Amino acid sequence: MIYLDNAATTRTAPEVLEAMLPYFTEIYGNPSAIYSLGSAGKKAIGEARRTIAAALGARQEEIYFTAGGTEADNWAIKAAAESCSGKGKHIITTKIEHHAVLHTCEYLEKRGYRVTYLDVDGDGLVDPQALKASIRPDTILISVMFANNEIGTIEPIREIGAIAREHGILFHTDAVQAFGQIPIHVEELNIDMLSASAHKLNGPKGIGMLYIRSNAKIPSLIHGGAQERNKRAGTENVPGIVGFAAAVSRAQRMMEEKGRKERELRDYLIGRIEREIPYCRLNGHRDKRLPGNVNISFQFIEGESLLIMLDMRGVCASSGSACTSGSLDPSHVLLATGLRHEEAHGSLRMTLSEENTKEELDEVVGHLKEIVQRLRDMSPLYEDFVKSPKEQYNR
Amino acid sequence: MYSEKVMDHFQNPRNMGEIEDAGGVGTVGNAKCGDIMRIYLDVDDNGIIREAKFKTFGCGAAVATSSMATELVKGKSIQEALQVTNKAVMEALDGLPAVKVHCSLLAEEAIHAALWDYAQKKGIVIQGLKEPKADIHEEEEAG
Repeated sequence: MIYLDNAATTRTAPEVLEAMLPYFTEIYGNPSAIYSLGSAGKKAIGEARRTIAAALGARQEEIYFTAGGTEADNWAIKAAAESCSGKGKHIITTKIEHHAVLHTCEYLEKRGYRVTYLDVDGDGLVDPQALKASIRPDTILISVMFANNEIGTIEPIREIGAIAREHGILFHTDAVQAFGQIPIHVEELNIDMLSASAHKLNGPKGIGMLYIRSNAKIPSLIHGGAQERNKRAGTENVPGIVGFAAAVSRAQRMMEEKGRKERELRDYLIGRIEREIPYCRLNGHRDKRLPGNVNISFQFIEGESLLIMLDMRGVCASSGSACTSGSLDPSHVLLATGLRHEEAHGSLRMTLSEENTKEELDEVVGHLKEIVQRLRDMSPLYEDFVKSPKEQYNR
Repeated sequence: MYSEKVMDHFQNPRNMGEIEDAGGVGTVGNAKCGDIMRIYLDVDDNGIIREAKFKTFGCGAAVATSSMATELVKGKSIQEALQVTNKAVMEALDGLPAVKVHCSLLAEEAIHAALWDYAQKKGIVIQGLKEPKADIHEEEEAG
């Protein structure tokens, strides 16, 4: 099997699993308990919090554990909206956010908030000047993702943070895809809130976090016990938290080498596909791009068929086609970059890890050449194109 | 998520290809929702469908329903072919996931569109056949 879907989730690293195991069967006490079996868990949570805070340039009391990235996004946006509603009800975000952000904003729109969804350019980049121009006196929150999950484009977070700070507006970033892959420093970048998730960086599923700058007044998410400084009640997921921190340590330690290796593999794969398969296009920015992300549209074919055929040959990848999104519309991200529907339906996302090899990618390219040709031979769109080649693909 | 039959027809599609100077060609669906089916039919002088071929842009279910629909109409009379409903295509494939039922509707429509084209070319009227609704080019311009 060749696994190329690391943006969906990653394999839990052996050292992460090892760090977690004692907290299931040995150090299982409730961290709120007085006895040492509990306080050992509490201590582990504190250490984990310090590790993660250090990785972000934050303070430990600014890290709040959640059940994942989606929960952190929901919390950040709803809580900011609630706490700032006295000042205004306008939120600025982008058209390419994850649904965890978009659907939360839509929820707020039904409750009287106004949301500006910023356009992106053909590479998926937000224009900081357009963002600045959309700020109103009643703007209370800016939420722009650090890097996009589908096309891998890394947004100009520093510029956006500076604009938010200059205008005194809270700035949240969904860093689920970026955290652990590229350096992030919340102080330097003027980030007020940041969402992250462990399972995207070889940690366990079901654990994430929200960074909240200490001077930001953000209401509690879940009411109950005093866990997470009264903001997110409920007995802590100790093994998850410990695993998250172990994954962050690993990611920080390996970031440079892992990033270099992934970039090399990424550019090799993109290069071979662009040279050897006609009528395709790279989605996302060529350089301002997550190290492991490859997203390519193959004209005249549909993504689900491509994925099934890849799966039959042991390759795991994903697509922005409607069939894989569970709706009739293809990826909102690809459409926002200006792709036509049929181009978005024909997209293939392959997200690499440092464990992939050139040999694996050579095998994948071999499969792709055959499958793309086979599906094109089957495609009425390709037939029409061959009979009257009216449109050139590479724009 | 797909039945074995669907996977079989997806992996080994029957009647994939085109018929040159076909008696009737029908194209339905649109690129917006991600499925386009084209069915070619050759009808002999006795009104029997001698040859059926397809080309499809779409998901696994779209390919499988096209393949099955061409199988079901081959050797049939025009009137028999009109009775090949989306339900018949689905049953022949041992069912489809709920979100893929529209693929079988497209297959039925593609057959009808090809028969309509045949009737237009021949200058005949086929009892019970209505003008097909989905024209991809109109949809594309509207979209």
